[in-house]
Amino acid sequence: MITPEQVKHIAKLARLGLKEEDVGKFATQLSSIMEYVEKLNEVDVKNVEPTSQVTGLENVMREDVEARFSNREDLLKCTELPVQNEQIQVKSVITM
Amino acid sequence: MLHSLTLAEATQGLRDKKFSSVELTKDLLERVKAVNPSLNAYVTVEEEGALKMAAEADKRLTGGKNVTPLTGVPVGIKDIFNTKGVRTTCASPFLKNFVPPYDATVVTKLKEAGFVLTGKQNMDEFACGGSTEHSCFGPTKNPWDLSCVAGGSSGGSAAAVAADMSFYALGTDTGGSIREPASFCGIAGLKVTYGRVSRSGVTAMASSWDTVGPFGKTVQDVATVLQHIAGKDPRDATTPPIEVPDYSKSLGAGVKGLKIGVPKEYFGEGIDPQVEKIIRAALKEYEKFGAKLVDISLPYTSYAVAVYYVACPAELSANLARFDGIRFGAKPKAPVKDMIDYYYQARNEGFGDEIKRRIMIGTYVLSAGYYDAYYVRAQKVRTLIRKDFDDAFKNVDVIMAPVSPFPAFGIGEKKDDPLAMYLADVFTIPVNCAGVPAMSLPCGFTSGARKLPVGLQIIGPQFSEDRILKVASAYEQATEWHRMRPNL
Repeated sequence: MITPEQVKHIAKLARLGLKEEDVGKFATQLSSIMEYVEKLNEVDVKNVEPTSQVTGLENVMREDVEARFSNREDLLKCTELPVQNEQIQVKSVITM
Repeated sequence: MLHSLTLAEATQGLRDKKFSSVELTKDLLERVKAVNPSLNAYVTVEEEGALKMAAEADKRLTGGKNVTPLTGVPVGIKDIFNTKGVRTTCASPFLKNFVPPYDATVVTKLKEAGFVLTGKQNMDEFACGGSTEHSCFGPTKNPWDLSCVAGGSSGGSAAAVAADMSFYALGTDTGGSIREPASFCGIAGLKVTYGRVSRSGVTAMASSWDTVGPFGKTVQDVATVLQHIAGKDPRDATTPPIEVPDYSKSLGAGVKGLKIGVPKEYFGEGIDPQVEKIIRAALKEYEKFGAKLVDISLPYTSYAVAVYYVACPAELSANLARFDGIRFGAKPKAPVKDMIDYYYQARNEGFGDEIKRRIMIGTYVLSAGYYDAYYVRAQKVRTLIRKDFDDAFKNVDVIMAPVSPFPAFGIGEKKDDPLAMYLADVFTIPVNCAGVPAMSLPCGFTSGARKLPVGLQIIGPQFSEDRILKVASAYEQATEWHRMRPNL
């Protein structure tokens, strides 16, 4: 069971703003999804290794050579915010 | 009527100078203009760009150098592939005006092969969904019945190919997003082995699951496209240096003696009786070709959806953390007071409901104290599902099953019931858990109130795409389903 308060807390952790009227709906929907995935507890997973890479690759190495991916101007064109001295101007991070 | 050709036929026509790439492209663009308003399969049409690429391709075709089967053939691709200079939205309000500064590796490969890009195709937002209803551009309609969904998340691509608006297309499959829409729209779609095709430049959804693959009107067309996009890419470390075989070589070789596993968990309860009947009939066909049906069990099948809806949102929530509306993406319209408020607002306005749900589930299962109970447990059950397939492939060559328990459903039927939507993927997700390749192949139509296509799922061991294509082509050559076209 996920309560509206929990929804707000999780959303805060994810830096996700929610419309106030959606909180109740999400609580109901997330509860039903989490209730469904509880069925994983039926499975005996003792001595089972987790799968994080499904084809078995590990430690893929490459030459440590510097390469320019894209030029600065093109990348800066992607922002909708003002650009000053090749830097993106944002709101203040520390507020009183 | 050039648009109704297959890729192979279009390639031949271009080589024989029956028509030019510009003519072919103009014809296809006319088709898009005529049909797209009712289907909503394309979200961006690149008319000018396409004609320019077609003119370039014609030069190449005339010169006769560097001509590939894709040279001069116009297609659209799912709007998740970054295309330099062409808007790439992922069907999200966040990226509605995003123009990437670089191409995805698969786009670079298609450009090198001389393809013509006609536009970008509709999808569920950030590839999350099974119906293309979670798109900021509205749903894609099923070409066979406009009141039904095209499937998803690559619904625009599947509908475009089925409606002759694209000679082939590229999609992505994380939990069924190529196979389900291919099945719902009556075309061929291949989900490759995890890592077979580079994902560099493809917006990430769930990194240990995401794959890129082709849609086509025929098995041969799918094989041709795969040939051009498969292989190792230094920009995607999950692509192994495993040789790419000649996929067309194995086509039409016959299936005498082939052992086909029929998993009992994919039949019976919950499956539409018409779908089951059509799949059983297709299996009978294979018996006639000399293949042997073997009853098998994949005992952990019923846990796959639960594994997916823990692991996938977890990975998604991490991947989508980069969407902060600063370096790229939409800035919030509402006034904000400081930086943290900016994040809240940008992400509130930029993401649709399904993305918000998945970000929250992912954040919840990864939060302190829950990581082992949910994410690690899901990864362990994933291991057991992988083992199901490993064990099965010790005794059989391929596995056959339905792609989906039902045909395309009505628009709006499941949109607000996320769990019901998730369960539509019950037969596709286990394949993603195991990282194995699988194809959806048209094998019949339902009758009655709605005439809708049904797809047969052919599953093989990791890196056995050549085998799957061979097995699929045997059925295709003996049947006419792939020639059926919707009336539009």
